[in-house]
Amino acid sequence: MNNLLVLPVLLPMVIAVFLMFFRKKVVLQRVVGLVGGIANVLIAGAVVLRVRSEGIQTLQLGGWEPPYGIVFVADMFAALLVLAASITGLAVLIYSFASIGREREEHYYYTFFHFLLVGVYGSFMTGDIFNLFVFFEVMLISSYALITLGGDKKQLREAPKYLLVNILSSTLFVASVAYLYAAVGTLNMAHLSQRITEAGQGGVLNVIAVLFLIVFSLKAGLFLFFWLPGAYGAPPFAVRALFGALLTKVGLYAIVRTFTLIFPGDPSFTHGWIAGMAAATMILGGIGAVAYRDIPRILNYNVLIGVGFVAFGLSASTRDALDGVVFYMLHDILSKGLLFVLGGMLIAAAKTDRLDGMGGLIRRRPGLGWMFFILALALTGIPPLSGFAGKVLIVRGGLEEGMLALSLVALASSLLTLYSLVKIFREAFWGTEPEMQQEDEAVRRQKSKKTSKAANMKSTSGAALANVSAVVLLLFVIGIGLASNGVYAFASQAGETLANPILYIEAVLKGE
Amino acid sequence: MEWIMAVAIGALFMIGVYLILTKSLLRVILGTSLLTHGVHLLLLTMAGLKRGAAPILGSGSESYVDPLPQALILTSIVISFGVTALFFVLAYRAYQTRGTDEIDGMDAEGKEADS
Repeated sequence: MNNLLVLPVLLPMVIAVFLMFFRKKVVLQRVVGLVGGIANVLIAGAVVLRVRSEGIQTLQLGGWEPPYGIVFVADMFAALLVLAASITGLAVLIYSFASIGREREEHYYYTFFHFLLVGVYGSFMTGDIFNLFVFFEVMLISSYALITLGGDKKQLREAPKYLLVNILSSTLFVASVAYLYAAVGTLNMAHLSQRITEAGQGGVLNVIAVLFLIVFSLKAGLFLFFWLPGAYGAPPFAVRALFGALLTKVGLYAIVRTFTLIFPGDPSFTHGWIAGMAAATMILGGIGAVAYRDIPRILNYNVLIGVGFVAFGLSASTRDALDGVVFYMLHDILSKGLLFVLGGMLIAAAKTDRLDGMGGLIRRRPGLGWMFFILALALTGIPPLSGFAGKVLIVRGGLEEGMLALSLVALASSLLTLYSLVKIFREAFWGTEPEMQQEDEAVRRQKSKKTSKAANMKSTSGAALANVSAVVLLLFVIGIGLASNGVYAFASQAGETLANPILYIEAVLKGE
Repeated sequence: MEWIMAVAIGALFMIGVYLILTKSLLRVILGTSLLTHGVHLLLLTMAGLKRGAAPILGSGSESYVDPLPQALILTSIVISFGVTALFFVLAYRAYQTRGTDEIDGMDAEGKEADS
């Protein structure tokens, strides 16, 4: 029993409710959010250290013994993800101060922001599959609000599709839970794992496993990602950073958790599906990233490549690959957050999102340019940056399993990542600034004054805040890379639990 | 008893899928809410239909009904209620702003705006 575990969920929830009552007081909202965000990073750090020294922590809510009550479980995997998510959340919050605009801030933006974090942290921590559904919904409903908030035409066009896809997948989620409950009669993940091992996975349980795979893939954008590039292109960049960094990762976390803990019994069947979907995601994501010439789409397809890479690690499922999955997800949360923050700053500086209308920005914004370049290298996996260790471990795991073709696809997708980002770097930062832009600017300024005066309220202090947010994330991206050995010790503890579900089961069912 | 439930669930799913495949956003939303009803019935049926007394301690009955599915359904109903309400408001807003509630119309206009 450890009451610390409920704090990462409780704190943003209290803040979200509190902020509802002060919607006009923007400064108060920012200060409370900032203090809460810092506190949450500290709490998540404390959880990680506790798990490091004392092993898996559990909290039985309401004092109900598992498997009867809902249980919160922090193994190293969940704790590390909560930590990475809270750091990214804090940085995106700071970026929101600079970019989101007063209009949205006065319409409960920060409330929804914090409810989204509640859903994300809760999904990582919970040890009950129906509770996972509930936290998914908390997260998704906040994301519905965030994607609609502002009511631009583009948002109103994409939001209904986004809602529809997610409502359908949630419906399927409940149906899968119903089948699972009928088949094994429990919902506690540890207990599920135990009973499925006893019954032997196969037949109907494989069907249920594939249903869960479909549900989570829809949310994570693993192969079933047709909705993602459009939907993630609609809201403001701060919201996109949140979505790209956290939402898809929660779906991925659910896939990893489900297929290491609950359905690891028949890898030749389930993991084959995952491998195929991973390959398709990496190939299609890579092609998409290379093909488009507007920055939002390139960034959105880069999110997909990362998703495919993690799924590849899971499909290999050797010890090395699972360590790599943990490592890579940490890197991916931080660097995808940074990618969208930098993308937003870039578009704000260039005043267009098309590559054709950009050029020569390195003279005006040298810092932004080099940060973007370093990030491109990190996402590609150049040592000593953070992407390297995860990619090495995953590919080594894949080669151990003899998945040569998939390993090559994974490496090729890294090249496509590099190409697509260097394309942005070359065309936006080098060359000369297009002249037509100056004339355009006057027209555009008039136009945007009508539609959103908030976007134009950008002051120098706003740009400084955005820089702070980017630098914080960049320091972590570089830091994880430089301190790979230290981080690996943590990631490997997480990988050990993933590889031996019995550790998780014992901690939950026999814990105190 | 189970076969009646199976038919009901099947019918709800069928109508729900049909409505989701139509063009009008209003029908799509109705379709999602029918699908959710179907899933709730499924949850109820899969956990076993009534085979005993209400699960109250001390009522002296030999066999009890499993109360868990009902808790799950209740949670799910609340969530789907909220989401459906939000979806309706969004659809109405989209209709006001864009002048159409057809998803196709949204696509065509979107392409013009994007290019």
